[in-house]
Amino acid sequence: MTTAAELLAGIPELAGVEPVTRVTIPARLEYTYSPGSAQTRFLTALPDKRLLAERCPRCTRVYVPPRGACPTCGIAATEQLELPHTGTVTTFCIVNIAAKGLDVEVPYCYAYVLLDGANVGLHARIGDTPYADVRIGQRVEAVWNEQRLGPSLASISHFRPTGEPDADPESYRRWM
Amino acid sequence: MPPEVLSAPLIVEFPFTRSTGPVLGAFLTGLRERVVLGARGSDGRVLCPPAEYDPVTAEELTELVPLGQLGTVTTWAWNERPRPYQPLDTPFAWVLVRLDGADTALLHALDAPRHAVRTGMRVAIRWADERSGAITDIACFEPAPNAGAPGDSHRAEGSAA
Repeated sequence: MTTAAELLAGIPELAGVEPVTRVTIPARLEYTYSPGSAQTRFLTALPDKRLLAERCPRCTRVYVPPRGACPTCGIAATEQLELPHTGTVTTFCIVNIAAKGLDVEVPYCYAYVLLDGANVGLHARIGDTPYADVRIGQRVEAVWNEQRLGPSLASISHFRPTGEPDADPESYRRWM
Repeated sequence: MPPEVLSAPLIVEFPFTRSTGPVLGAFLTGLRERVVLGARGSDGRVLCPPAEYDPVTAEELTELVPLGQLGTVTTWAWNERPRPYQPLDTPFAWVLVRLDGADTALLHALDAPRHAVRTGMRVAIRWADERSGAITDIACFEPAPNAGAPGDSHRAEGSAA
């Protein structure tokens, strides 16, 4: 396989110069994002430390954050409800590579938390515990970010273990 | 009454780093040193930007040739409202420029008043002050100093306009 240096060697004015081997080209997309009316209700309740959800009138699944419709049944989700701040870890990973622009120190634990009464996991960070102890079925509760309460998921700093016994796998098996 | 629906800026950015390979690596090295390289194909045509593989035979291309610093506009489109991160922040023309010595054309920006831009126009490279081995090492093209000279504009279709 030919190299850039070999190709450059044949051109008098470029022979011997350090060849370019890589180029960094950021792909950047700028949006104005609107979360819609259902998620707006969810987000504007966060400063009051309230977790709002919706239930599908047909399949009875409870979605959080709510999207205004049931993606399984394709019908409007009409019933609003409020969920507790406790839930169960249904899956998790340890993140070791810092994402650009994210002000969280690595490593950190990222998980799906199935809030009690919900049928979809909420993305959240797990903290206040050694990562080696985090496990599927672990019971956790929300820790609110008192300094940053606002219409954003940043209102929840992270979830921490409650110390309760692990949840019965039957309680979350269908919603992993 | 429901609350007003929220909206907020959302910026998604992927800081991709790509390996450039032999041909584009050499091409970008050339730009850093103020030399534009083309690749000679099996049919003798010189392609710029250089292709890595021959458009006719699909064989690897390995012969690179330096091209001139002047070229001819083969087609263009006027950009009245430049967007952020485009080559110029004042209105400019997107142009395909066939550099002297090449048989194909390179896409870039031309800094010229709208009334001056035409197919067949002679243009010159304006190099960036700081060059790093990227297409942006060519800041843009500008009208050639001796615009109106014969050059090779006879090769541009529609040059009578």
